[in-house]
Amino acid sequence: MIEAILTAVIPVVIIAVICAVMLVVASKFMAVKEDERFPAVRECLPGANCGACGFAGCDGYAKALCENPDTPSNLCVPGADGVAHKLADVLGVEFEDVVEQVAVIHCAGDCAHTNDKVRYEGIRTCEAAKLLYGGKGSCTYGCLGFGDCAAACPQGAIYIKDGIAHVDRSECIGCGICTKTCPQKIISLISDVEKAVVTCSNKDKGASTRKVCSNGCIGCKKCERVCPAGAIKVIDNVAVIDYDKCPDCEDFGVCAKNCTTGCIQIADLSGLHRLKEKETEKSKA
Amino acid sequence: MTKLIIILLSAVFINNYVLSRFLGICPFLGVSKKLDSATGMSLAVIFVMLIATAVTYPIQVFLLDPMNLGYLQTIVFILVIAALVQLVEIVLKRYLPSLHKSLGVYLPLITTNCAVLGVTILNVQDYPVNEATTFWWGYAESLVNSLGSGLGFFLAMVMFSGVRSTIEGSDVPESFKGLPITLVAAAITSLSFLGFGGIIENLFA
Repeated sequence: MIEAILTAVIPVVIIAVICAVMLVVASKFMAVKEDERFPAVRECLPGANCGACGFAGCDGYAKALCENPDTPSNLCVPGADGVAHKLADVLGVEFEDVVEQVAVIHCAGDCAHTNDKVRYEGIRTCEAAKLLYGGKGSCTYGCLGFGDCAAACPQGAIYIKDGIAHVDRSECIGCGICTKTCPQKIISLISDVEKAVVTCSNKDKGASTRKVCSNGCIGCKKCERVCPAGAIKVIDNVAVIDYDKCPDCEDFGVCAKNCTTGCIQIADLSGLHRLKEKETEKSKA
Repeated sequence: MTKLIIILLSAVFINNYVLSRFLGICPFLGVSKKLDSATGMSLAVIFVMLIATAVTYPIQVFLLDPMNLGYLQTIVFILVIAALVQLVEIVLKRYLPSLHKSLGVYLPLITTNCAVLGVTILNVQDYPVNEATTFWWGYAESLVNSLGSGLGFFLAMVMFSGVRSTIEGSDVPESFKGLPITLVAAAITSLSFLGFGGIIENLFA
């Protein structure tokens, strides 16, 4: 009786021991070294995997931070100063201020300013609409208004009103997912202080722009002449503001006042992060 | 040689583990959504089936059979396969971290995959060592059979991921959405494999 049990148990135990030894040896020799700071660093990041930092998701950025000490700790725009502070604590580096950004849509051709050229009844996405002769609107550069950006926005900060997309800046975290989603490439990220923005992307000559949209930039170069800092240039028939030269303007807002079509506008770009900062300052005071 | 080719082809087409024997249905339905994860999973299954057979067949012939411990077959096989899968996981994590990440939870799942255990047990049953065959011949037959079974699994997974991507784009009735239509599609796909029955043997006759 005992013998029968032993002849069954002993071989199984021997096989189990051999397997166990094999596994122990393997896990010892082939262990993957993981940086102890990695989980802590990863914990600091918001986990939106938006790619605003330029790395492949939050995991990629955390890995880069652990492995390469030269990686700046202020690349997480959606996380803003809060995340940068935490990262600086965990990594033991000096805190670097994050330049908060918000998304700006360079088109203001809503229903009041421009018209549809066709009645589009295809798939209701910008990407599909663009494939059909550049969209339903008479301007082929502007916002298509099907809200691919709104669908992609993790914050729900983009809404469609009067046929074009608008950014609710009080919700925008500046991740830049919309800039990549937009098939017209008319959304860009701008640092979130009050600024003049060009709300047109039409690269056609002034006369043809004028025909399709009353808000369009006609490339008259008036803004070029009035800008005291020389920050505005008309490139390809559309005004472009060089924001490196733009700040500390002595005559702030002169470009918007003098714009013939009103496509240069002064906008309060305070995003979610700045509003939060203001609130905390207020509560402190 | 012809016999080995017959074993290989019939393992792939006629006795397809997923579509004819209905083993390994869990990964078949779970991982077949995307082509790349289906491919990764199938490659892992092929690999695990091969090394599982390579180890369990000698254990059966040299350890369990002489000691009359045939009744321990299931427990010993599971033990050995589990240890092997763990080993494979460690090796993958070290040398192929991207594959390890893409396989994710499925590699440990193969441990208790019935297809893998089924292959090893059926090998021992179907290709035993007796007066007519030597150990090496039975061993070769078993390995070829497990390779074929793995390839059959691969074939079924890749085919079915194609079928599923088509389902995804089509207009399915509300009550059939999700698993029901997937099971219907799986049934039709497995029916199509019935057509292979009897073809392979007659090819070489």
